[in-house]
Amino acid sequence: MAYSDKVIDHYSNPRNVGTLNKDEKNVGTGLVGAPECGDVMRLQIEVNAENVITDAKFKTFGCGSAIASSSLATEWLKGKTVDEALAIDNMDIVEELALPPVKIHCSVLAEDAIKAAINDYRVKNGMEPLVLEKSHH
Amino acid sequence: MKQPIYLDNNATTPLDPRVLEAMLPYFTEKFGNASSRNHAFGWVAEEAVDYAREQVAKLVGCTEKEIIFTSGATEADNLAIKGVFEMYSEKGNHIITAVTEHKAVLDTCKHLEKLGAKVTYLQVKEDGLIDLAELEAAMTPETILVSIMYGNNEIGVIQPVKEISAIAHKHGALFMTDATQAVGKIPVNVNEDGIDLMAFSAHKMYGPKGVGVLYVRRKGPRVKVTAQIDGGGHERGMRSGTLNVPGIVGLGKACELCRLEMDEEAKRLSALRDKLESRLTQLEESYVNGNTQHRLPHVANISFKYVEGEGLMMAMKDLAVSSGSACTSASLEPSYVLKSLGLSDDLAHSSIRYGLGRFTTEADIEEAIAITEKAVNHLRELSPLWEMFKEGVDLSKIEWAEH
Repeated sequence: MAYSDKVIDHYSNPRNVGTLNKDEKNVGTGLVGAPECGDVMRLQIEVNAENVITDAKFKTFGCGSAIASSSLATEWLKGKTVDEALAIDNMDIVEELALPPVKIHCSVLAEDAIKAAINDYRVKNGMEPLVLEKSHH
Repeated sequence: MKQPIYLDNNATTPLDPRVLEAMLPYFTEKFGNASSRNHAFGWVAEEAVDYAREQVAKLVGCTEKEIIFTSGATEADNLAIKGVFEMYSEKGNHIITAVTEHKAVLDTCKHLEKLGAKVTYLQVKEDGLIDLAELEAAMTPETILVSIMYGNNEIGVIQPVKEISAIAHKHGALFMTDATQAVGKIPVNVNEDGIDLMAFSAHKMYGPKGVGVLYVRRKGPRVKVTAQIDGGGHERGMRSGTLNVPGIVGLGKACELCRLEMDEEAKRLSALRDKLESRLTQLEESYVNGNTQHRLPHVANISFKYVEGEGLMMAMKDLAVSSGSACTSASLEPSYVLKSLGLSDDLAHSSIRYGLGRFTTEADIEEAIAITEKAVNHLRELSPLWEMFKEGVDLSKIEWAEH
């Protein structure tokens, strides 16, 4: 299977690889996927007092499309408010990276990771976790 | 653009230029139909096919009359299993095979189950070999065929075929083997190994694609299979269809070259393979899959824990290899062969198969080692699992959200 140039670009030069301190109150961590399925994504956000995401980091175990999806997600997250971040849809990722149908689950995982990170942040800061509609698994 | 280093010789091999040279005249001036008995064009073609039959027979220690040319090993597997099932239906309907067989065998058996066959799929031990006691226990008076592959395509393990055929014969069953990965790579002799039917293919031994062989024993016992393709009665009635003369000439030449060069080549390749393996297993958390004593000289299957196989192959774009990762197949399931060794899904997802061949050089192996080390280290930097492992987190204790 041939990869799109954008997948190759994110895969070869992944943006925002790394780890934020998960114990900080203003850091939200989302860990989604399972090793048995061949994909695990960890996505972290750092949020300031104005509810703006000032930093985002990821690490991903998975195929090229999974790595590219999470790298792209961190790029999009930075500078967005938490509410704007919640609006990111997996199909936006599919479109941007030109993922083929068999790789759509990678984008779903990235969307799940964003939402899981936001929920972790919300719970840490005394907010109710958002009830997430189960995405298309 | 620089060509990647080709280390996928279990998938297919490049055509040896000497084979191509032998084939070329049979596309043009010597184009005759080997069945045309009335003119020189036919005689020339028939003579070439007869010569190729001798070359093939010599490689596996049989007579020319026992060689049935087919379109490849898949067709030969189909002909052997379906042909025996039909021919020996009065004796019984039970077939024994193993879970690590190629799909050409497994899916043929599944098909026959719908037609009333009883099939036993033997499990393998964690080194990939079948348990002979289990085979013995599975034999019944209705067993007509035991079909166990010679060398495995994914992990390279060599099954104890002599012992298997002895058990099959003791219970009055025929022994068939898919020897696609073994013939031409290691000594295979149908008489010493007690083989009654054997499938193999030209393109795994530096011959052309689209040609294969079913060996069918003629003496002690005389084995018969019901034809699966009817027509002009070619190949002693077992496989009709105009013979692929250039392909068969190429197969013959490929067999001859393998016979002459096998000993040296096996030594050279196993030394290169051992080097590759010993260097790559120096990487932390990397494991060789399958038995390392009884195996083909040119295959290494290694799992690099905490990195995913397809992602790894993408990082190794200058290497042409294959992976047991689900992402490389349409099924989204990791390799059934690796899973049958008892490998967990995550290790199966993390596996790479290196298949060395005649044109693999020492420099290729050095480069393959360097590329793999770099890619594994790079992907582990990206891997949350690797980070957790390094922090001492027990990954089996985490509740993963299956998706």
